[in-house]
Amino acid sequence: MSNLNLHLKVWRQNAGQPGHFQDIEAPEIPDHASFLEMMDIVNERLISKGQEPVAFDHDCREGICGACSMQINGVPHGPEKATTTCQLHMRKFRTGDTIWVEPFRAKAFPVIKDLVVDRGAFDRIQQAGGFVSVRTGAPQDANALPIGKETADAAMDAAECIGCGACVAACKNASAMLFVSAKAGQLNLLPQGQPEKDRRTLGMVRQMDKEGFGNCTNQYECEAACPKEISVRWITKLNRDYAVAAVKETFGNSRKEAGGGD
Amino acid sequence: MSLDSHIPSGPMAMKWSKHKQDSKLINPKNKRKFTVLVVGSGLAGASAAATLSELGYKVKCFCFQDSPRRAHSIAAQGGINAAKNYQNDGDSVHRLFYDTVKGGDFRAREANVHRLSEVSVNIIDQCVAQGVPFAREYGGMLANRSFGGAQVSRTFYARGQTGQQLLLGAYSALNKEIAAGGVQMYPRTEMLDVVTVEGHAKGIITRNLVTGKIEAHAGDAVLLCTGGYGNVFYLSTNAMGCNVTATWRAHKKGAFFANPCYTQIHPTCIPVSGDYQSKLTLMSESLRNDGRVWVPKKKEDCGKAPSQIAEADRDYYLERKYPSFGNLAPRDISSRAAKEACDDGRGVGPGGRGVYLDFAEAISQFGAKTIAERYGNLFEMYERITGESAYKQPMRIYPAVHYTMGGLWVDYNLMSNLPGLHVLGEANFSDHGANRLGASALMQGLADGYFVIPTTIANYLVHQKPGSVTAEHPEFKKALEVCTAQTKGFLNSKGKRSVDSFHRELGLLVWDKCGMARTKEGLTEALKRIPELREEFKTNLLVPGSGDACNPELEKAGRVADFMEFAELLCLDARHREESCGGHFRSEYQYPDGEAKRDDENFCYAAAWEYTGDFGKPTLNKEPLSFEEVHLAVRSYK
Repeated sequence: MSNLNLHLKVWRQNAGQPGHFQDIEAPEIPDHASFLEMMDIVNERLISKGQEPVAFDHDCREGICGACSMQINGVPHGPEKATTTCQLHMRKFRTGDTIWVEPFRAKAFPVIKDLVVDRGAFDRIQQAGGFVSVRTGAPQDANALPIGKETADAAMDAAECIGCGACVAACKNASAMLFVSAKAGQLNLLPQGQPEKDRRTLGMVRQMDKEGFGNCTNQYECEAACPKEISVRWITKLNRDYAVAAVKETFGNSRKEAGGGD
Repeated sequence: MSLDSHIPSGPMAMKWSKHKQDSKLINPKNKRKFTVLVVGSGLAGASAAATLSELGYKVKCFCFQDSPRRAHSIAAQGGINAAKNYQNDGDSVHRLFYDTVKGGDFRAREANVHRLSEVSVNIIDQCVAQGVPFAREYGGMLANRSFGGAQVSRTFYARGQTGQQLLLGAYSALNKEIAAGGVQMYPRTEMLDVVTVEGHAKGIITRNLVTGKIEAHAGDAVLLCTGGYGNVFYLSTNAMGCNVTATWRAHKKGAFFANPCYTQIHPTCIPVSGDYQSKLTLMSESLRNDGRVWVPKKKEDCGKAPSQIAEADRDYYLERKYPSFGNLAPRDISSRAAKEACDDGRGVGPGGRGVYLDFAEAISQFGAKTIAERYGNLFEMYERITGESAYKQPMRIYPAVHYTMGGLWVDYNLMSNLPGLHVLGEANFSDHGANRLGASALMQGLADGYFVIPTTIANYLVHQKPGSVTAEHPEFKKALEVCTAQTKGFLNSKGKRSVDSFHRELGLLVWDKCGMARTKEGLTEALKRIPELREEFKTNLLVPGSGDACNPELEKAGRVADFMEFAELLCLDARHREESCGGHFRSEYQYPDGEAKRDDENFCYAAAWEYTGDFGKPTLNKEPLSFEEVHLAVRSYK
């Protein structure tokens, strides 16, 4: 185990005010520490000097909750492939390195403080259709609905999305298509999701547009940045599902509203 | 005070059916008039909030995370138990019930455990209906795996991310209800206090973690679904934000805290690597299906590379000591065995606090591809953290604090002794006794939220006049003032030490004296040191920044202040329980072969502690535990 001496350039900002980069020296960082543990050490030193520590989102620190973010040297979650910031370890850096640390940048993710951004837009997109309308109660036996292993595995590939927003931060248009396509795609693929497929697709895509995310121009930076390696093929599927749903909405659906019964 | 657990009469297998029949109903029109406050959005909170809203109640749900989807249930890896018997290997509701009672070392409430086993099967049906992508076989049927403490395969899983998938399922149900207008969601909102009016829980005080605003919320009932207190040890597998604040402050308002000394130390975690360490990472117990645990037989081999240690010089100590369960011995037993090996000087890795979990045999038997399919994400996580590949050399693991079986005391309706205050999931004490078996936490969280509380809450609400208390009530004003003063107090302290430095010191002390092995002497020492540290925390704390904005240091200060108080109760409970059971191991009480020695004559009860105003002198209330179905016996996994 060895120690690193690092120069940090960290984005500091209070909500609604302009931000700036602060130069912070970070000497003697153990290379076994995670990136967030490096930030802990930096913060501890700032506090001891009577300065305000750097605010950042984090929680599980095992790569699954999706809370941690940060643009590290311009890349969401930093340089290591398929790795969240909390799982990025300092052995991936060299002593003397200058590291730029910024919040995820997107109009739809306003800065709350320093490196903390508001990703509430993702929740609102999910609320616009990212579910199967089934009540808690007595659904049929779980094995009454066989689902092939290939389908289940593919749905699980999409379901691995941790909702961190790296896809948005990596995209020059700040598009949320990878996130939305994974979320819609999981359910649109499974038999349980069929009855609401069109409604879900239209609802989620429209909410995404309303939140101010940009359009997808097929550059696939999102897939490269995704810590869970969600494939852009889900975007293709979402485009297809959307086209079908939009056509059906315009021409196909029954116009009759349900009545109140006899 | 006498504790009435309201266990229904009748035979064990009929109690829950009978209780459902006997429970009160509230008509749909009236349900809309009731407001239920749900604190926490993990498996228990999200499933309860969604289901209560479906039933027609007005629900407000609060979480400190930026999104309800990030609650720490998301990190559960291995799986969820259910007595489906899809494998035809002899499983049944009774067997799951039996395994759980025995696994809990006869310190759980039988009736609750039986109910848990009964509804386990409904949980799987419900989750599949929501679109949870459980692992499947080629024929399209659900796949199962084995877990510690059981000899049947009853664990359902979604790769190594079962908690994530179940939580996303519950979150989707919650989203459906938010969209329908039944649930109002408050993310980045931390509960600071419970408000009681004439002895009933009628609201909460919260702090908005973005604006700093401290607010009052009134309701007809309060549900605490706020998880466990493992972070009192500072280093644990819990998320950084997990805390005892909600349950502890409810305790200070009169709710009894039961069995805090029952803490679970998980056997398979990545060992500590330095003092900067902020958390410990779990490697799923499911790895023990294929991994073999060993240490060198000879101390002088500990420094060698594992490949240089001959087969004959390896001690597969779990297989040796527990031939019938082997590497799948329950968590408490496996953890203690690892500690013994390391105490014996045969630990491996830096500091000698580690044992090997070896996959070489499984890889040669099934091939690396199959092993990667089963555990690929875990192997990757291990490599990211340690820089080592478990395909090429054995993992190094060591036990770490993982789960807490203790929690607020609740009756069969999941209501605490404070009327109106209900406690679900890990936050309550009821189902796991002194030790929780693997894949049972997810089961309990969802059982409580989806299937128990939606029935039992009506038994309380039916006697309440909806909306009878509003946030204008003087009790709310009083609680607001107390919370505001406390927040200001932290900011005005102007001492020299950071919150984390206090938390780390407290954690080390509690781990040292109240960890895997406890003694009267050590606990007495801790009980002397904790109040001193708490005093220093009051005078020497430094919290920069202000109270009216996002200020993570201030959030931590409130949580650590509560851990400082709670730690004393934890150690008091551990000192009072003069026996060893499950996760509570008192070195003075063991059999000659080192196994835990229970004292059923004197300690077959749940210890429900009552706050008296003096942290050192809480009142002990006992709920005697009786075992009608599973007869009290020495737990054996040999």
